[in-house]
Amino acid sequence: MSKRILSLLIALVMMVGVAVMATSCTPDKPNTNGNNTPAGSESGTGDTVEIPADFKLGVILLHDENSTYDLNFINGVLAAKEALGLSDAQVIMKRNIPESNDCYEAALDLVDEGCDVIFANSFGHESHILKAAKETPDVEFCHATGTMAHTEKLANFHNAFASIYEGRFLAGVAAGMKLNEMITAGTITAEQAKMGYVGAFTYAEVISGYTSFYLGAKSVCPSVTMEVQFTGSWYDENAEKSAANALIANNCVLISQHADSMGAPSACEEKGIPNVSYNGSTAEHCPNTFIVSSRIDWAPYFKYICETAAKGGTIATDWTGTIATGSVVLTDLGPNAPADGTAAKLEEIKTALQNGTINVFDTANFKVKGETLTSYKADVDTDAAYEKDTEVIENGVFFESKFRSAPYFDIQIDGITLLNTNFG
Amino acid sequence: MTATNKKAAKQREPLFHVAKRDAVPLWKSLLIRLVALALAFLFCGLLTFLITRHSPLELYESMFLDVFRTSRRVWKMIKDIAVLLCISLAVTPAFRMRFWNIGAEGQVLVGCLATTACMYYLGGKVPDHLLIPIMLVSALISGAVWGLIPAVFKAKWNTNETLFTLMMNYIATYLVAYFLLVWTPDGSSTLPRLQHGHLPVFFDNDYALIVMVVVALTLLMYVYLYYSKQGYEISVVGESENTARYVGISVPRVIIRTMLVSGAVCGLAGFLIVGGLDHSITTESAGGRGFTAIMVSWLAKFNPILMVATSFLLIFLDHGAARMSQDFGMSDAFPKVITGIILFFVIGCEFFINYRLVFRTKASAKREEKA
Repeated sequence: MSKRILSLLIALVMMVGVAVMATSCTPDKPNTNGNNTPAGSESGTGDTVEIPADFKLGVILLHDENSTYDLNFINGVLAAKEALGLSDAQVIMKRNIPESNDCYEAALDLVDEGCDVIFANSFGHESHILKAAKETPDVEFCHATGTMAHTEKLANFHNAFASIYEGRFLAGVAAGMKLNEMITAGTITAEQAKMGYVGAFTYAEVISGYTSFYLGAKSVCPSVTMEVQFTGSWYDENAEKSAANALIANNCVLISQHADSMGAPSACEEKGIPNVSYNGSTAEHCPNTFIVSSRIDWAPYFKYICETAAKGGTIATDWTGTIATGSVVLTDLGPNAPADGTAAKLEEIKTALQNGTINVFDTANFKVKGETLTSYKADVDTDAAYEKDTEVIENGVFFESKFRSAPYFDIQIDGITLLNTNFG
Repeated sequence: MTATNKKAAKQREPLFHVAKRDAVPLWKSLLIRLVALALAFLFCGLLTFLITRHSPLELYESMFLDVFRTSRRVWKMIKDIAVLLCISLAVTPAFRMRFWNIGAEGQVLVGCLATTACMYYLGGKVPDHLLIPIMLVSALISGAVWGLIPAVFKAKWNTNETLFTLMMNYIATYLVAYFLLVWTPDGSSTLPRLQHGHLPVFFDNDYALIVMVVVALTLLMYVYLYYSKQGYEISVVGESENTARYVGISVPRVIIRTMLVSGAVCGLAGFLIVGGLDHSITTESAGGRGFTAIMVSWLAKFNPILMVATSFLLIFLDHGAARMSQDFGMSDAFPKVITGIILFFVIGCEFFINYRLVFRTKASAKREEKA
């Protein structure tokens, strides 16, 4: 008996020993190590701002790396962190924060940790982060995809988005090129050029996205049509996968999506259907079917808010990233699926978008119930009644992301069929 | 003794065997639990070092100290414990009756939904001091109804309550999804914080009311289960329905009454979550706590007072995991593994409280030989 106790004791002592040794071997704690590199000195761009060593950025994320949406933000944060030469201790990320009072609590905890700027990434975080902003006026709060900053007029609350419809349009061009290739090869007829789109909610952000994608495809493949299937969730891998499979079964020959899991791309890879992705490249998991992905690169925005806050400047109330700011980007083309000449065509259209010779929502390029739109009021200012308050068509162009950064294009145009609205 | 006999004796006496323990004194059972926790933390520390190359001491600092570092964190922890405890108290009467209600998630969610509906439709039209009681009553009734439906089916037709209550969760989720579509014409399904019907703030602390309500509820539930006639009836039905029938207890009546209580308390939790914290609703408002509550209740052997400790353990692990994820800059997958291992040890040690390992000793071997 005593032998057994002795051997147990020895085992315990050894385990503790390992623990202690490990501590003494590890040079510094993850969150308290000093700022070794001189701040801002390595960012490389011309007019860099010195970020003080005690500056902190706090980031609140709805999910974690498993969500393509959140991964895109995490990559943006890490890129900005490197560019600004911030230490580990200067960037705090809180993952898996739900759209509830937890978000407010997380924000205040970040305030306690000494964060100067706090960023939240999900639409549903907005009213909770707003509450935190009202209570702590000396900390800057930034929120992606939200709509309330320009009407709330708080000095420390800011919205941001990007003109991602331009990226979607480019991705649509790549899709149209692929359809043309299939038509030329005789795999499908021009009339069979039907795309499928998996959407989250019947909400302006999604509608604006799939419409610009469709218009991009239509600009090179005029006979294209599209069907949209909604899942009723931003992140539901099973629902997204079965929606994609339903669209494929419905004779859609190319799929794209606006929802945050790998559901649709992996369904496409299994069925060998070309896929235009979103939020980031899925080439690694879908080498045979991945064409291209548009995404918002958030690194420029993170750099902007850190630098502005560090030098005591004013962060824009409603910031819209563009192709020019490096916020709207395409990933590298897939290894196998894209049509020949896609890269050159994309470069050409991108230039045209930048110098304004192409407008994505040019009313000459789409019809609503057979008519050309001449006037449209959108719900730009958030109010409880969801009143449509602002005229957004000027000189024959629907100006998206001009009156506020978050999308407000919510029109059903001809050529796109909604198989369900909201969810099935 | 022949060789074959010796062989048989060897087969009869393995290295060790499992024997049921008699009643274990409290100090001993507590000691076993403490040893299990200590072993769990040692094991997790080793695993952390081997996989992440972070020192286990950093891990422990993150889990044990950082979660208590500021008073805000402590209060958040107390509040989270209170909410989880409230839901755990709700499922307990049904469990003591051996009615496996795994529908707390849905019952809480309809409580949330009813509260939000009152805030949405009546907010601003009815003064808050009137609105809040309306919210409370609606939440209690809707939670009770959500508990009543499977109870009636169980009492009348002996349907399987586990499946039934599980299915009711999905219905609740989709009801919430439906109302979110109705309430947000822009299609975003995101309802911003509502402005009316916020629960009052006492002692300048957002959580004080919730904590006070749950403390009172814990004591009430304890008295109800251990010192009331109804509580006794629940225990009898749980032990044996035949005995209950024999002593003249109407089993269907007890099932229905108990599930009404269970559901109503879930509804109360929903009321506290929406009225006191979120002021809004999502399909995730219950956040899986309806299921965690089952573990809280079970680990505490359905004793409301012990449940304070078990809900502390689960919330503590949850916060510790989130803190690790933040401090080490990793997704919460690894911290979740760690908390899973700790729970495994904690639940596993119950085995050693009920049973003991009897090792083969020389004395017993001799006894065998003599026999």
